[in-house]
Amino acid sequence: MARITASVYTSHVPAIGAALDLGKSGEPYWQPVFKGYEFSKQWMKSHAPDVIFLVYNDHATAFSLDLIPTFAIGTAAGFTPADEGWGPRPVPRVIGHPELASHIAHSVIQDDFDLTVVNKMDVDHGLTVPLSLMCGRPQAWPCPVIPLAVNVVQYPVPSGRRCFMLGQAIRKAIESYDEPLEVQIWGTGGMSHQLQGPRAGLINREFDTAFLDRLIAAPQELSNRPHIDYVREAGSEGIELVMWLIARGAMSDVAGGPAPKVVHRFYHVPASNTAVGHLILENPQ
Amino acid sequence: MSLDKPYLDVPGTTVFDADQSRKGYHLNQFCMSLMKAANRARFKADERSYLDEWPMTEEQKQAVLARDLNRCIALGGNIYFLAKIGATDGKSFQQMAGSMTGMTEEQYRDMMIGGGRPIEGNRYIGEKK
Repeated sequence: MARITASVYTSHVPAIGAALDLGKSGEPYWQPVFKGYEFSKQWMKSHAPDVIFLVYNDHATAFSLDLIPTFAIGTAAGFTPADEGWGPRPVPRVIGHPELASHIAHSVIQDDFDLTVVNKMDVDHGLTVPLSLMCGRPQAWPCPVIPLAVNVVQYPVPSGRRCFMLGQAIRKAIESYDEPLEVQIWGTGGMSHQLQGPRAGLINREFDTAFLDRLIAAPQELSNRPHIDYVREAGSEGIELVMWLIARGAMSDVAGGPAPKVVHRFYHVPASNTAVGHLILENPQ
Repeated sequence: MSLDKPYLDVPGTTVFDADQSRKGYHLNQFCMSLMKAANRARFKADERSYLDEWPMTEEQKQAVLARDLNRCIALGGNIYFLAKIGATDGKSFQQMAGSMTGMTEEQYRDMMIGGGRPIEGNRYIGEKK
């Protein structure tokens, strides 16, 4: 049977993608950001999964205001990196895993989560920047990726509690897949940041640190935090952090298994307007 | 019964909720059209005529022409959509975010390098700084 081996959490700041694509990663401004992912790139090589289930949000790229799905799973054979207005990122096409994605959609919908099934969509920096941070600049991504796009653009976005429960349903779905695939689940976005209005530039290190601590040790309790706490404390765009709870909800300990092992933790301010946070948690074998 | 909107007392912040989205639908869809290179070129060649193709309010059009992002947001714009205007102008996300704060580009960049805008004094409207 398939199983979840680890979860990865990371910010997906577009400027990080631009820095990589324009060869600026060695500049003093960017060095500390990429240094925090050196371990992660090595770890990806030694712990290469068969599939990555990647939770992210679309930033007015694949979904305009014509259609606003709360949770959308990509079941296509492939996904093209989008032109977000600056031209598409020069990164490999993302290969999907239609069989596993369809299986997960079927299982999770039967578990009362009404996913939107997407057979055609482009993917933006929300999905490709985490891949670049974890995999560098390869000719091809190391494995197929199943995108799960979460609406965190138009309020109300799904609650932390709902996200945490969806993660649990996704774990159940993956563990009921016949093929013995090793799957990683990634939660992306955040940490504290605000991109709009006179309060733009807000960063809350204390909030972020506590979020990381509780995500590791007390995720159930953390999932009960209301939206307003994120907006007020972590900035209007800090709400993206609810997506981390989907990945966390899919870890074994939430279903009564042993606690995950923290293999990497990193935090840095700033990348452009944003606090960068990153965690890798492994499920014990 | 009215809807619960506990975010209305967060200073300097407009939460893009369903009401804002309804007001800003055409403004945001105009922004979305700038994802195509051909539309960017047409917009740049004659901004006013391009805007007139959209059923936006005059106020929204003026806010776009003035690149007043705070005004655009008040009129229903969302920052991820408005960012397409910035991309068309060759502006970075940091330049766009900074433009809404009343700070110069350099001041804003320095604030971010110094750890960002502090949360203290920025939680509630009218809170003592």
